[in-house]
Amino acid sequence: MSVGLEYYLILSAALFSTGLYGALAKKNAIVILMCIEIMLNAANIALVAFSRFSTPAQMSGQLLVIFSIVVAAAEVSVGLAIIIAIFRHYKDINVSRINLLKW
Amino acid sequence: MGLNVAFWILAVTAFAGALAVVTMRSVFRAALGLILCFLAVAGLFFTLSADFLGAVQVLIYVGAIAVLVILAIMFTHEAECGNLSGKFKLPALLVATLFLGLAGWAMLATHWPASSAEGQLPTTAALGSLLFGQDGILLAVEIAALLLLAAIIGAIAIAREK
Amino acid sequence: MHILSIPVEITWLIWLLPLAAFGIIAPLIRPFPGKTEPASYISIGAVLASLGLSIWVLLSVWQSPGHLITVPGFNWLAIGGGPQFSFGLLIDPLSAVMLLVVTVISLTVQIYSRAYMHSDPSYLRYFAFISLFTAAMLGLVMADNLLFMFVFWELVGLSSYLLIGFWFHRPPAVAAAKKAFLVTRIGDVGFLIAILLLYSKAGTLDITLLHSLALGGAISGAVLTWAALGLFLGAMGKSAQFPLHIWLPDAMEGPTPVSALIHAATMVAAGVFLVARMYPLFEAAPHVLTIVAVIGGFTAIFAATMGLVMYDIKRVLAYSTISQLGLMMLGLATGGVGVGIFFLFNHAFFKALLFLGAGSVNHATGTFDLRQMGGLRKALPWTFACFAIAALSLAGIWPLSGFFSKEAVLSSTLDKQPVLFGLALVTAFITAFYIFRVVFLVFGGEYRGNHELHESPKTMLLPLVLLAIPAVGSGWLNANGGFESLLGEGTTHSFWQGLTGLLAQPLPWFSLAAAGLGVLAAYAMYIPQWISAKQVKWTFRSLYAVFTRKYWMDEFYEGLIAGKVIYRGICSAFRWFDTFVIDGAVNGLAALTAGAGCLVRKAQAGQLQLYGLLIIAGVLALVLAMVLR
Repeated sequence: MSVGLEYYLILSAALFSTGLYGALAKKNAIVILMCIEIMLNAANIALVAFSRFSTPAQMSGQLLVIFSIVVAAAEVSVGLAIIIAIFRHYKDINVSRINLLKW
Repeated sequence: MGLNVAFWILAVTAFAGALAVVTMRSVFRAALGLILCFLAVAGLFFTLSADFLGAVQVLIYVGAIAVLVILAIMFTHEAECGNLSGKFKLPALLVATLFLGLAGWAMLATHWPASSAEGQLPTTAALGSLLFGQDGILLAVEIAALLLLAAIIGAIAIAREK
Repeated sequence: MHILSIPVEITWLIWLLPLAAFGIIAPLIRPFPGKTEPASYISIGAVLASLGLSIWVLLSVWQSPGHLITVPGFNWLAIGGGPQFSFGLLIDPLSAVMLLVVTVISLTVQIYSRAYMHSDPSYLRYFAFISLFTAAMLGLVMADNLLFMFVFWELVGLSSYLLIGFWFHRPPAVAAAKKAFLVTRIGDVGFLIAILLLYSKAGTLDITLLHSLALGGAISGAVLTWAALGLFLGAMGKSAQFPLHIWLPDAMEGPTPVSALIHAATMVAAGVFLVARMYPLFEAAPHVLTIVAVIGGFTAIFAATMGLVMYDIKRVLAYSTISQLGLMMLGLATGGVGVGIFFLFNHAFFKALLFLGAGSVNHATGTFDLRQMGGLRKALPWTFACFAIAALSLAGIWPLSGFFSKEAVLSSTLDKQPVLFGLALVTAFITAFYIFRVVFLVFGGEYRGNHELHESPKTMLLPLVLLAIPAVGSGWLNANGGFESLLGEGTTHSFWQGLTGLLAQPLPWFSLAAAGLGVLAAYAMYIPQWISAKQVKWTFRSLYAVFTRKYWMDEFYEGLIAGKVIYRGICSAFRWFDTFVIDGAVNGLAALTAGAGCLVRKAQAGQLQLYGLLIIAGVLALVLAMVLR
């Protein structure tokens, strides 16, 4: 059977859920960042799949993915910089212990 | 036919990599799992006739982002936090399953307008003209560049030693 | 109706003049603490003028048709289309007689006070309050409706409080003033209930209207009974009838002239006056009249027994007042307005005289304790003479005034309430005994103290002499029945007939015998000491204990009622309510808010992942909602 749009979409959903679980459940800040990247990737897959199966001529999905990757890169760099700064201050990257916003 | 096989292998690999990120107890191994996932996604891009994107994925995600992540892991090695789950394990599991269910149902239940045309290869030139050519979205490119600049400056400012 | 073409509106001045005196003196209390003389002149002048007007009023009333003068007043309060309250003056023989009593006694007391209070630093305040009291009492007897009578009633109570507690830096005086006010307040509740009842059922508070309604039977019997009871309760409070008598002995903490004016002659007579004023209501509710008689009779003998054993002159006189007030109530209930008011009229003069005499004795010896006196007849001859005259009158010896009034009460009581007659006769004996005990202990024998003795100054002696005249002769005013007929009762007969005719009947001899026995017993016990006082005290020691402990009434009131019932019972119930229900509600509200806050605060955990969870969960919920629609 031919692999159609639905297969890619299901895969995208599965990856996204995995990333979501990790982002919400993990203690290590870096791991949370990694899971966010997984989520972004999942979205990218879905975009490209749509581009391929619905509008192959315009390639609009692929354009979006380019920008998505740019944004991801920027976000990761800033995020990691923040994590390093926090680590320098608290000597700890366990997010449950970084709770200055607690009232 | 080959495409199907490729899809299945790559799909399983990507999913396995993601699972590795979430379940491995060592952070470093999780990072390696992440790299695996990224590579598999690059492969998936290729099966979707997005060759430029596949290359970009490898270059940027694996080449820069994953490296940065490993760098950060090395940097915070003394924290010894490991890759354990926090207090929200169960609710997160619940939410993730719920999301999976919803999204899956939505995607399967919707009748997507399909086009029977094939993807065109190579895509680089086409993408290039779409971005930079006549009626292109050059402004978006410039803004993306600005964003990257801001990110660089910001990252340097934040992570600088006082 | 007017004599000498003076308009009748001038009667307003009778109570306005002393009020004006108060108004003038009172603002001067603070700025001029040292200067004293003019205040007393203003006050005395006002009362003198009122006295003159009162005499004129009495003559006018005598000559008026129906013995009545009504002075129309002004509209005080009109509520929308409903009730209207006005204030006018009603002058009938009762008011005229009372006006005379109040002004004469107030005048003599104020003249006396000029000397007695001479060195007191609060001289100004004293005369201000005395004027206020006089104004209030005069207004009370002239008011034409119950509402304003109540207003003046309360004003009189206020003045009494201010004057009892005149030396407010003395704790006993303060306590006595509070006690007086609170106890009379209990009575005032009854008065107020009666007013409300009458207003709601009869629709008016005008006295003449109420009289005609009551006589005509327009008000139902039950209402009349309760209203009369309420009025009598008010009278009990002010006139110190049992069980609301406890404040009067303590009220002796005030200056002696105050005791003479307020607690012998005028304020305590207000209760008797109230019953007399509203007599038609009482006549229409005969059960209440019986209650009045019983309480009056009981109070008379009850107080007399306590007067027997007191060592403080003023306390003896206080209990004597309570006892005599009881007899007045008895007279009112059995003999009518004429008998009761006649007794009041005579009593006012000789009782005030007794008090002023006691003040004179205190001026000489510096004490009120009977045990530290004696032999004062040599050093204080004038005081002795006047005091003795008053004592004879109180005891009821012919031909002094007290005899006639006591006679009237006894004869009417014999007709209606024979048991109470017996009690009253015993009271007459005890009365004579205790007052002559005082006379003999103070003026007889030899001086037991060690003070410089001298007679009082003329300013103090003049009122004593002035009051001695009516103490002797005021009884003769009714010799021809004129007094009683003025007040609506009795028949007229010749003067000589009235003076001696009574002696032809057997009854007066009983009372004379009782009185004479009392005097003799006192003499025997204290002058040659044929009977030893100590021996008697020992023989009747249990009775003696009961009398000196005032039948434990103070313990009853303060311990039981105030202590247990009110303080621990009602007040702690209220305190429980306040602490747990009201404070509980308020604090509970605060606790609730704090608790809710604590709960809501949990959303601000500072945990990023919690926020993320909630966001995603929210979004999913929304999507689910849309999908399931």
